[in-house]
Amino acid sequence: MPPESAPPSDLDLRRQRLLLAERALHWRRTRRMTAILMGLWLLTGFCTVYFARELARITVFGWPLSFYMAAQGASLVCLAIIGFYAWRMRRLDAAYSRALEQSA
Amino acid sequence: MTANKRYFRRLSGYYAWFCVCFAGFLLALTVLEKEGMPRLWIGHLFMFATIVLYATIGVVSRTSNVTEYYVAGRRVPALFNGMATAADWISAASFISLAGGLYLYGFDALAYIMGWTGGYCLVALLIAPYLRKFGQYTIPDYLAARYGGGAGGRGGPVRALAVGATIIVSFVYVVAQIYAVGLIASRFTGVDFSVGIFLGLASILVCSFLGGMRGITWTQVAQYIIILVAFLIPTMWLSVKHADNPLPQVAYGSVLPKLAQREAQLAADPREEAVRAQFRRQADDYAARLAALPGSWEQGRLEAQRRLDAARLRNGSLADVRNAERALAAYPKTIDDADTLWRAQRARLLARAQPPQPHAAPFPGATEAESNARRNNFLALVFCLMFGTAALPHILMRSYTTPSVHEARGSVFWTLFFILLIYLSIPALAVLAKYDIYTSLVGSDFRSLPTWISYWANVDKVNPLISVIDINGDGLVQLAEIAIDGDVLVLATPEIGGLPYVISGLVAAGGLAAALSTADGLLLAISNALSHDVYYKIVDPNASTQKRVTISKLLLLAVAFIAAYAASQKPADILSLVGAAFSLAASTLFAPLVLGVFWKRGNHAGAIAGMVIGFLTCLYYMLRTNPMLGGRMDAAWFDIAPMSAGIFGVPAGIAAVVLVSLLTAPPSRASDGLVDYIRAPE
Repeated sequence: MPPESAPPSDLDLRRQRLLLAERALHWRRTRRMTAILMGLWLLTGFCTVYFARELARITVFGWPLSFYMAAQGASLVCLAIIGFYAWRMRRLDAAYSRALEQSA
Repeated sequence: MTANKRYFRRLSGYYAWFCVCFAGFLLALTVLEKEGMPRLWIGHLFMFATIVLYATIGVVSRTSNVTEYYVAGRRVPALFNGMATAADWISAASFISLAGGLYLYGFDALAYIMGWTGGYCLVALLIAPYLRKFGQYTIPDYLAARYGGGAGGRGGPVRALAVGATIIVSFVYVVAQIYAVGLIASRFTGVDFSVGIFLGLASILVCSFLGGMRGITWTQVAQYIIILVAFLIPTMWLSVKHADNPLPQVAYGSVLPKLAQREAQLAADPREEAVRAQFRRQADDYAARLAALPGSWEQGRLEAQRRLDAARLRNGSLADVRNAERALAAYPKTIDDADTLWRAQRARLLARAQPPQPHAAPFPGATEAESNARRNNFLALVFCLMFGTAALPHILMRSYTTPSVHEARGSVFWTLFFILLIYLSIPALAVLAKYDIYTSLVGSDFRSLPTWISYWANVDKVNPLISVIDINGDGLVQLAEIAIDGDVLVLATPEIGGLPYVISGLVAAGGLAAALSTADGLLLAISNALSHDVYYKIVDPNASTQKRVTISKLLLLAVAFIAAYAASQKPADILSLVGAAFSLAASTLFAPLVLGVFWKRGNHAGAIAGMVIGFLTCLYYMLRTNPMLGGRMDAAWFDIAPMSAGIFGVPAGIAAVVLVSLLTAPPSRASDGLVDYIRAPE
């Protein structure tokens, strides 16, 4: 860190701007993915319950579909969403630190 | 990195040893049982051995370091943190009551499965990683730092409100857990209920008092293993018995159609119909007495008195006189009492007069509107449980204990994974046990009832867990003659399946572990809120670290004793409020937590308004509709049950945060910077 009295150099300013731009990009991507996954979560949960009577007519390996979804399916979809999110965020974070390293 | 890996290996080694010893212990007890060890001893041994185990882990991981005490040193690997959080999450209600609920209510009870698992999506995507990035100690810490305000901008008012919410929610919940500890201990070891409570309390205290978060984390991992084994062994056994497949989660699909067939058969059976008609007649009798109040009350009292006199006069047997005395003593004291009691009796009889509802049918109802109301209530309950999960302090607190943000995300994944190992087999257990009872118990001879029925019928004399009475006098068991309490299902499953008593002891130990682990986490959440947020942050900010930990331990002790005292009073009203804890937590804490990360414009005034209005909306609706709190269901909005008040509280809270924030000045630059920091990757 340069002493505070010294004017910030061009390089520092550029690096600062780049950092902010990368952060903003990372946040936009995170937010978009969060929105999509939350939408998927809402859809599975809500549809399973709201259309349960209609779905009950469909049978899958002995289970009426709505019973299976409420008992196991919706929870498994949740697990998949969380697993995908953790994996994908790891990639996004890695992309972020790579971009910062390349500019340095 | 390598240090972390080494630590992970070492921990895995310890727990592998633990599993081996545990298996050895089970085997040894099985052999001892074969050699004729009495049942009571097995129950005692299980209680004693598991409590000693938890205490040992507590003593080994004792600490007085602040970071170790509050957040287990922030180095718990994701897998183990997930296991500990799962144990924290699986409460006595999930372990003991949920399968019974599914048995009794069929599809409707699946709302609990959906709600209690779906909430983790909200935790993982909206809250946990950001809390970990923030990296302090408690939930009020985060809210106070984010929203500021108050004296010196330290966020005093926000912190105080968040502490209040944490304490109310966690206290109601912890009383129910300690109550369950007392119940299990007294049922399996024959000790008195209060003695059971204090035995359980001792083991809770040894580990959380000495080791704080560090102690309870490592205890909870061990408890999770016990819970898992205890739940899966009997379920797998039943699954092999009825579906020739040791994986209950998969196997019950083939049992479900057979169960549906059997249900249809029983619904049309003339003997069943005869029993149900008898219940209907008794209900009509109560209806007539209710219509003739107050005259019928007076008459009934005289009648009871006359019977007692008659029994005394003719020198009847002691039992006859006793029965008559008891009937007179139990007779309602006032006309109002009679009204409530008889109404309840009538409702109970009418419920028993109903033919069995198909297990897998969603929202059965006489009319379209009735069916829709059930669906809406299902949706509302799922909503409240999900958002409540994402706002329970003792679960969110767990995001602080991992080494990094990545591990925090992974930890939520493992949490749900380990919860699902059990939750996916709960519906299976309900279906398998139901099929077993419907096929082998129903239709059997009263002279050859299995022993487990008489055992469980006599455990609790006042409210029998199960009663099978030959109502139509044909000597055969009809389905309508069985009255079963949901709680007995899991506890009796080993005996229903014909397993040795060791497995029953194991199930009791599992139930105990589930209640103790949740109680541990809750007590720590309360005492941390009091010691860290109230004492350190508000009362004495200059306290030394040593002093903070000591204060925290003392408060833990005090809270534990208050909770145990409350539980020993058997407070029926508190227990019925446990479901409400989720609604209250969701309405109060969810909006400020999530908007704090995702909406920079949210400010101090907005957060306060959100918490207060969310809480009050939820409370108002409960008071308005819950009969135990003096409300009436006629006043309900859209037929929503009082327990699901959060469906109104959460939107009210979010709207209040948004509106009040927009009407007042934007938050400071510092809070902007904090949000940027929380959002940025490490």
